[in-house]
Amino acid sequence: MATKLVKGNTAVVIGALYAGSDCFFGYPITPASEVLHEASRYYPQMGRQFVQAESEEASINMCYGAASAGHRVFTASSGPGISLMQEGISYLAGAELPTVIVDIMRAGPGLGNIGPEQSDYNQVVKGGGHGNYKCIVLAPNCVQEMCDMTMLGFELAEKWRTPAYVLADGVLGQMIEPFTFPEKAVTPKGDNSWAVCGTAETRKNLISSIFLDFTQLEEFNTRLQDKYARIEAEEARCEEQQTEDADIILVAYGISSRIAKTAMDVARKTGLKVGLFRPKTLFPFPKAALQRLASKPVTFVSVEMSNGQLLDDIRLAISCQRPVELVNRLGGNLITLDQVMDKINHIAGK
Amino acid sequence: MSEKVICTKGIYPEFPRKGPSAAPAATHYCPGCGHGVLHKLIGEALADLGLQDQTVMISPVGCAVFAYYYFDAGNIQVAHGRAPAVATGVSRATDKVVIAYQGDGDLASIGLNETLQAANRGEKIAVFFVNNTVYGMTGGQMAPTTLIGEKTITCLNGRDPLTQGYPLHMCELINSLKAPVYVERVAVSDAKNIRNARRAVRKALEIQRDGKGYTFVEVLSPCPTNLGTTSVKNNDFINNEMAKEFPIQNFRDNSATAEHVVRSTSDFSKEKLDAMFELADIPAAIAHNTANFEEAQVKIAGFGGQGVLSLGIMLTQAAQAADMKVSWYPSYGPEQRGGTSNCSVIVSAKPIGSPVVYHPDLLVAMNRPSLERFKNDVKPGGTIMYDANMGDVELPVGVKGVAVPAQALAEEAGSDKAANTIMFGVMLELGITQLPEAAFARALEANFAKKPKLIPLNLAILEFARQWVRKNVK
Repeated sequence: MATKLVKGNTAVVIGALYAGSDCFFGYPITPASEVLHEASRYYPQMGRQFVQAESEEASINMCYGAASAGHRVFTASSGPGISLMQEGISYLAGAELPTVIVDIMRAGPGLGNIGPEQSDYNQVVKGGGHGNYKCIVLAPNCVQEMCDMTMLGFELAEKWRTPAYVLADGVLGQMIEPFTFPEKAVTPKGDNSWAVCGTAETRKNLISSIFLDFTQLEEFNTRLQDKYARIEAEEARCEEQQTEDADIILVAYGISSRIAKTAMDVARKTGLKVGLFRPKTLFPFPKAALQRLASKPVTFVSVEMSNGQLLDDIRLAISCQRPVELVNRLGGNLITLDQVMDKINHIAGK
Repeated sequence: MSEKVICTKGIYPEFPRKGPSAAPAATHYCPGCGHGVLHKLIGEALADLGLQDQTVMISPVGCAVFAYYYFDAGNIQVAHGRAPAVATGVSRATDKVVIAYQGDGDLASIGLNETLQAANRGEKIAVFFVNNTVYGMTGGQMAPTTLIGEKTITCLNGRDPLTQGYPLHMCELINSLKAPVYVERVAVSDAKNIRNARRAVRKALEIQRDGKGYTFVEVLSPCPTNLGTTSVKNNDFINNEMAKEFPIQNFRDNSATAEHVVRSTSDFSKEKLDAMFELADIPAAIAHNTANFEEAQVKIAGFGGQGVLSLGIMLTQAAQAADMKVSWYPSYGPEQRGGTSNCSVIVSAKPIGSPVVYHPDLLVAMNRPSLERFKNDVKPGGTIMYDANMGDVELPVGVKGVAVPAQALAEEAGSDKAANTIMFGVMLELGITQLPEAAFARALEANFAKKPKLIPLNLAILEFARQWVRKNVK
């Protein structure tokens, strides 16, 4: 086991390399640029392909090309860049192409600033581009998971032939923590049953998202929804801490979940029964686990750096059976411990 | 009456991807359209050059969106204007023959950036550009190549340069770049031009076969449907009017001197990865007693350039060397570049929650603005280390202040850039971080691993700072 100090954005690239990604295409944007820097440094050393693209539209379409050929490809960006990529991501979903997209979220809307926020939730978790599609969304909360979930992203994207996001934020991208390197390195196999690689075996294949016939397109859409239903049934992941006896359950992902954990620990010391529910996948949202918790008279608190975007999904998951309160900060500010404690104490009547 | 099927090399004999049809070998193109001719020229060349098993054909958005109905090769259909980017991805991934087939709206309008950038990178792709001066699939709108005075449904009185600008000359634009190997404009307006076009198409694909780089062939092509004319008149329009604006000629042919561009081969081995990340020489953790270890939250702040972030990294390295849980989080972005800068470091025996320090046990302030900004956040009983060169300072009640002449001591110890190492040594001697002594030395070794000459100097500065503490701090 090899452990080193590594930055979150670097861990993403390490994960991609050990997962057998051989193509990276990206465009600079703070606070995701280190992913580009590290890819430019390491991909060529391994004989793998790196291109600094002319734009995010070009990045995601280069991904579309490499993914069409069955290669493990990824890109990274932040809110404004992800917005630009949405067309390409819709095409990836429509053509059922596996690609990993890393979003190191910053504050918006518009140019906003480069501080951390979680306000890309809706555009990442709900589809974001045109059409009836969703992407798998993994939400790391530490440097180790930045790597591990990138690796998982490649697996799931390939397994389900769909784009997969790693949704992190400026803090996770910029922070350094001890990090254990992967135990295995993957040699990707590709899949000649659908890929178009410029070979005799794949000459018959076609990558496309066109269905001129309305009924055929409806059937395709229905098949996509079936796929998403299976993903929801099989791939939902979450972490629960001290939820068994909790009266108040903090719900948070990414960096907010770390702040929520600290708040839970502090609250438990004062005798308050506070638990933490952390979705590790945002699509599929871990609905069943949350529904189980909602069978008891608890109050949920969505701890998020966005305007209730996570809170909406909590309410949907539990069909509004229990109250869901909001603790949030916007604009690049992090949620403070005091802020979460105030909300906990308020709910507890203290 | 049975349809007579004429098979073309490189083109499927029938087109089932079109869907059920009474005429399975008929294309979707209008009568008189130039796409069919160009398809035939490309298909034949692919077959004659034996490239069908190694070619990826990219269909654009526009009338050729269904090019994949026809070309007997691997096919990919892509978004409007993005074919050169997709082609780049395919080419880099596979290193096979890649063709981007595009119309004038796709290539010269929405996709102009991708077009120029792929050309400028010298991607190993063949771009075939069908210029018929009009949008076809969307119904006859003005194209970037529409001639001055030419009428379309979005310039009903003819293109007016005062409001709609001038036709874009793509061959000329591409020819202004260094990387392209082959640039030529041809036409499919009559037998002579078609023979010439056939030659250019083959040339471009031979260059791809030989892996020599970027080729661009513009094809002046008829669209009688959207230009509201007949096939014959449209071909006259090409020969007499288009060809004046867009001269039919070769712009560049470097194929004789261009060399095969070799792409690297991916290495997926764990050995190579582990070696690249230097995983073999990680020293074992320094053992120490953590039974009573209390989480230490540290904030370090100062001007960018004072080594604020690297002092944080050094502390993080010391904690890592001692096998502690640790996190480092910087202020990032423009703040790093000359303004004020700060970072949070948390050292703990238990998993760390939020990596952001709001109420530090220790504040290291390298300048006055940083001291003023953070001093009131320090926990009661906490410590503030600040550079003594700030002069008189007012500190909160219940907080211990240590004025360290860090810059002066560093200069005295032999480096004007090592004020942060002085602070590191003071931190060690004061014992605030509870980390073992050996971890500090290890941190310096790790921090200066790329400049090993600086290690002995910084170890000496560390010791110098400790001695200063012993003499001056009670």
